[in-house]
Amino acid sequence: MRYVDEFRDPALAAALIREIEGVAHRLERGRDRPFAVMEVCGGHTHAIFRYGLEGLLPDIIEFVHGPGCPVCVLPMGRVDDCVAIAERPEVIFATFGDAIRVPGSRKSLLAAKADGADVRTIYSPLDALALARRHPDREVVFFGLGFETTMPSTALTVLRAEREGVTNFSVFCNHITIIPTLRALLETQDLGIDGFIGPGHVSMVIGTEPYRFIAEEFGKPLVVAGFEPLDLLQALLMVLRQIEGGTARIENQYARVVPDRGNPQAMDAVERVFETRPVFEWRGLGSIERSGVRLREAFARFDAERRFAVPEISVADPDACRCGEVLTGKVKPWACPMFGTACTPEMPLGALMVSSEGSCAAYYQYGGVRQPHADATPHAPKSLEATA
Amino acid sequence: MNAPTSAPLRAPRRALPQTITLAHGGGGTAMRDLIEVVFVSAFATTRDQDAAAPLEDQARFDLAALAASGDRLAFTTDSFVVDPLFFPGGDIGKLAVCGTINDIAVGGARPVALSCAMILEEGLPVEILRRVAVSMAETARAAGVPIVTGDTKVVARGACDKLFITTTGIGVVRTGIEIGIGRARPGDVVLVNGLLGDHGAAILDARGDLHLDHTIESDCAPLHDLVAVLITAAPGVRSLRDATRGGVSAVLNELAEASGVGVRIRELDLPVRPEVHGFCEILGLDPLYLANEGKLVAVVPADEAAAALAALRAHPLGREAVAIGEVVATRPGRVVMETRFGGERIVDMLVGDQLPRIC
Repeated sequence: MRYVDEFRDPALAAALIREIEGVAHRLERGRDRPFAVMEVCGGHTHAIFRYGLEGLLPDIIEFVHGPGCPVCVLPMGRVDDCVAIAERPEVIFATFGDAIRVPGSRKSLLAAKADGADVRTIYSPLDALALARRHPDREVVFFGLGFETTMPSTALTVLRAEREGVTNFSVFCNHITIIPTLRALLETQDLGIDGFIGPGHVSMVIGTEPYRFIAEEFGKPLVVAGFEPLDLLQALLMVLRQIEGGTARIENQYARVVPDRGNPQAMDAVERVFETRPVFEWRGLGSIERSGVRLREAFARFDAERRFAVPEISVADPDACRCGEVLTGKVKPWACPMFGTACTPEMPLGALMVSSEGSCAAYYQYGGVRQPHADATPHAPKSLEATA
Repeated sequence: MNAPTSAPLRAPRRALPQTITLAHGGGGTAMRDLIEVVFVSAFATTRDQDAAAPLEDQARFDLAALAASGDRLAFTTDSFVVDPLFFPGGDIGKLAVCGTINDIAVGGARPVALSCAMILEEGLPVEILRRVAVSMAETARAAGVPIVTGDTKVVARGACDKLFITTTGIGVVRTGIEIGIGRARPGDVVLVNGLLGDHGAAILDARGDLHLDHTIESDCAPLHDLVAVLITAAPGVRSLRDATRGGVSAVLNELAEASGVGVRIRELDLPVRPEVHGFCEILGLDPLYLANEGKLVAVVPADEAAAALAALRAHPLGREAVAIGEVVATRPGRVVMETRFGGERIVDMLVGDQLPRIC
């Protein structure tokens, strides 16, 4: 096991922060709004809050928490579909831990479990396959979830199930892809993002090449970053230096893990098992073309959507929720009227409040040090009151 | 209570079946045999034979003897359910004894005796029950706290998960000791007696989902001796809590709320074993929220902090004791962590369990 202290050295962090302050100071002149840098990945959002990074940066820099938490962008109807599958008596429904509390329109998987559904938390899709082997008389359905980060492990598990002739295993596929989503985001009107911190784990699989259009077509810098505080600070500095230099390139801060061309074996498994869906719905963002995948026809017997009568429910988000605007960085979580009142980690309305990677949950749990005053919102949660 | 004896386990008088059946809860000879062979013989070693009335439904105490050692009775009860039953560093039986001793001890009381109620699932191997009973007895004997009475129920297969234990304890609080969660004052120092999160990590690891290279052992231990040493060195100790479910974070939040103060802790001073640290990194967990079974959070006045720390460190269960922060007047009801970079974040109560992140 490799430990991570070398990427959390306070002295190195202080030096990076001084450099960031220097660049920010030079950029600040004549600027009437902060430089908005979107960290695409929920893991980055989590790290920013966990280490209190925002409070250490000059006011002219603002992190915008992007759509890269796969649990947070799962539409309510898909959760309802999950619950419908999980409630079938023959099914063992296997899911990653942070998906279990995401609210559907009727209930979450956790509530379905309390009502008698056999829902199990697992750490890897291979655990679900092992469950299928141990329970040959049951149907084990794996809740396939995540970006390109987790897609290869689902694909390899399907290939293994095929190789071993396992017949009682299937995947309810909700895997999504980051590139079409970034494009849709960039094509949004009035998107005030000055640069991007790119997702480390996703890039480990797809490499850095697919991001090239962000610089070339949209003129925005993107730096792929790791998940340690020093990674994030260094990546931010790299983005700011590009802004200062008037350039827009794709850079790789996370080269110790991310090869520019990604992982061909992982991509090959993904390519063999999955095909692009014409359209996939995202919570808060609506339908995005070619942004999700499903199992290819050749693997139809492992596809839970084909094996079971999935209701394919489509449910609109509650009117008052502003998940979409939070996801695209247009408003901060506390600007949502539901935040901290109707929507809390105890009783989440929106998925951004459920996953520890969701920006609402992160603001609620860790306290947004940048929120100007508690009285800026009439319903500030307790953790934000404390920061005023 | 006199000093416990160290009599060896008695051999079973009658052969028991290999598994628990509903007959073992029926009140007849099967139940009596089980109680005698498994529990009475094991627990007798934890106490003075003369004081034992093993097959009666209650233990009786000499009030004068209790009153001579303090002026208040402490009384607690706790139920123990854990999967797996046996894990590195402990088992459900050791946990049940230590947990209740610790609940008594952190009230500033000297534990006097324990009771033990067992709920057994039909089909449980008797050998497992015997191992658990022996472990309870060994832990109680080593701690000097006898198990003096108990109860056994058997439920149908599926009505419980193998084995649940409820232990109840009584203790005596010495005159002059005033410890409570609402007594912290600004300026006080917050101490912990050692490395955090070992139990929570050991249990997750023992479930076998991750196949880690290093075995992480639970810190399960009775803390009453350590508490006695601490109270002697720092008689003004304001608050003591064992940091079990919800971890140190839950204790500090309860303290902040009950005392109407803020608590400020420093990330760099939190003692965490490298293996636990790495484990948490892999799963996206925070050691501040992981359960402990041999760790306490002590709040002491600033002028007693050095003596308290020295006393803790001189005890085997406090060798890695450190000050992790202070009680402050600002942000009452909140716990704030200074991160290792000088940033800060709120440490809130956890909602439900910590959930491993997807990536």
